[in-house]
Amino acid sequence: MSISGLFWQIFAIVMALALAPLLTGWVNQCRAWLQNRSAPPLLQPYYMLHKLFHKDVVLAHGASTLFRSVPVAVFGCMLLACAIIPTLSTDLPFAPAADTIALVGVFSLARIFISLAAMDVGTSFGALGGRREMLVGFLAEPALLMVIFTTAMISQSTSVVTIVETLAHRDFVIYPSLAFAGIAFTFVSFAENARVPIDNPATHLELTMIHEAMILEYSGRHLALIEWAASLKLYAYSCLGLALFFPWGIAEGNSIGGLLLAIPVLLAKLTVGGGLLAVIETINAKVRIFRAPEFLGTAFLLAVLGLLVRLMLETRV
Amino acid sequence: MNADMPLSAQLINLFASVILLLAFAMLAQRRVLTLINLFALQGLTLCLSTLVVAFTTGQAHLYWSAALTLLLKALLLPWILHQLVRKLNVKSEIEALINIPATMLVGIVLVMVAFNVALPISELSQTITRGTLGIALAVVLLAFLMMITRQKAITQVVGFLSMENGLFLAATSATYGMPMVVELGIALDVLIGAIILGVFFFQIREQFDSLDIRHLEKLKER
Repeated sequence: MSISGLFWQIFAIVMALALAPLLTGWVNQCRAWLQNRSAPPLLQPYYMLHKLFHKDVVLAHGASTLFRSVPVAVFGCMLLACAIIPTLSTDLPFAPAADTIALVGVFSLARIFISLAAMDVGTSFGALGGRREMLVGFLAEPALLMVIFTTAMISQSTSVVTIVETLAHRDFVIYPSLAFAGIAFTFVSFAENARVPIDNPATHLELTMIHEAMILEYSGRHLALIEWAASLKLYAYSCLGLALFFPWGIAEGNSIGGLLLAIPVLLAKLTVGGGLLAVIETINAKVRIFRAPEFLGTAFLLAVLGLLVRLMLETRV
Repeated sequence: MNADMPLSAQLINLFASVILLLAFAMLAQRRVLTLINLFALQGLTLCLSTLVVAFTTGQAHLYWSAALTLLLKALLLPWILHQLVRKLNVKSEIEALINIPATMLVGIVLVMVAFNVALPISELSQTITRGTLGIALAVVLLAFLMMITRQKAITQVVGFLSMENGLFLAATSATYGMPMVVELGIALDVLIGAIILGVFFFQIREQFDSLDIRHLEKLKER
């Protein structure tokens, strides 16, 4: 571990904290444009966070310590996830702390915490949201793991950093298996981030919501932390997708030139990715909750297909 | 690792994978019109893959078969099917005999079987396209599965045509394509088959007021 490595690691974390609400704002703005609504300002999520941090917290009568500690725990999980996904450089001192499988575990830890908190207060909406979240989660997780196994088979390592180094800095090779894995990953990230085919992030309609139902009881700085964590999750998933499937531009090691180039490249990739996300969300309709298993089952099968194609086409010469 | 594989082989593998992906998408698809569009896309990918093989191996007749594929499977047949759907007015969702997730699970098993069966064969082969033989077999089996699990006549025809795509891919990958005469014959067969089946659709619908082929089981001689 070097001093400059540590500096860039901390820089990447700070950048994740600062950019995550901006990404959410950008996606919301694109969505509004595509739906012929007048768009909220790009910085709207920051205003929301600012407002919520200055409001008083109102706690339900039955709320336990768990309820109050969950926002911090979820925020911490997402921050850790952002720290170990290479965004700018592959020289990350924190990366040995967790490989991709542990990364999936970190995401599911956050999910378990937030579902428990939703059930803690004892309102019916919370329990409903928590149950639905676990349904989506337990279907999405194996698909995500299969996607990761496909990339891990290519690079023969489960460490995110090694995967990115293999894909970005060796000779360019077309991996058909990555096409399958990429589509499966897109499906999973839509489900995990409470996006349109599974959940609508903009709605407060009681019967359709998943994520919003779980956080109904939160207010003030707790809500702010949860909203920020949701933005960080979107950012983390976007960066993971970019790192696994479009890793070009991420600097190898700590050369200043490479890192300075990596920042605008990352911004450009996130801008395009956010725009695409908004397009996909606009042209799709939210499916019934009972269609969610089909949606995620397809993702799982595509990821398995990716593994099979990897075995069939790419392992022999 | 396959870093020393030539770019053309990588491209062929990529196109073959896309064809497999489209076969799966067709298996999961509920709407007839999207199904036909996916079939057209599959034909286009097949044409591209044949073009790459033709360019790499210098087999002149493969250019002809690529052009034939483009004309027939990416343009003409989807157009005929679109016309049929419009005339028959069947835009509703397709009912499958088995529900879609179960069908896809069966599909994955079929892919595994196909890959395992093709593995020893493709090891014997020396062609640049040998890896795609398993995929071609898998596409054929998936098209079979689609024909078995779907009830509407139109989807069965699309399954039949998609199976022909798979066979074509198999021929290209195993032996750089069939002789031109055979290819022309098959292309004509497929075209005539689709047209005759189109006529059948009208007859079936006039007889039963539906395109559900389950009604055909009740046919009896008078």
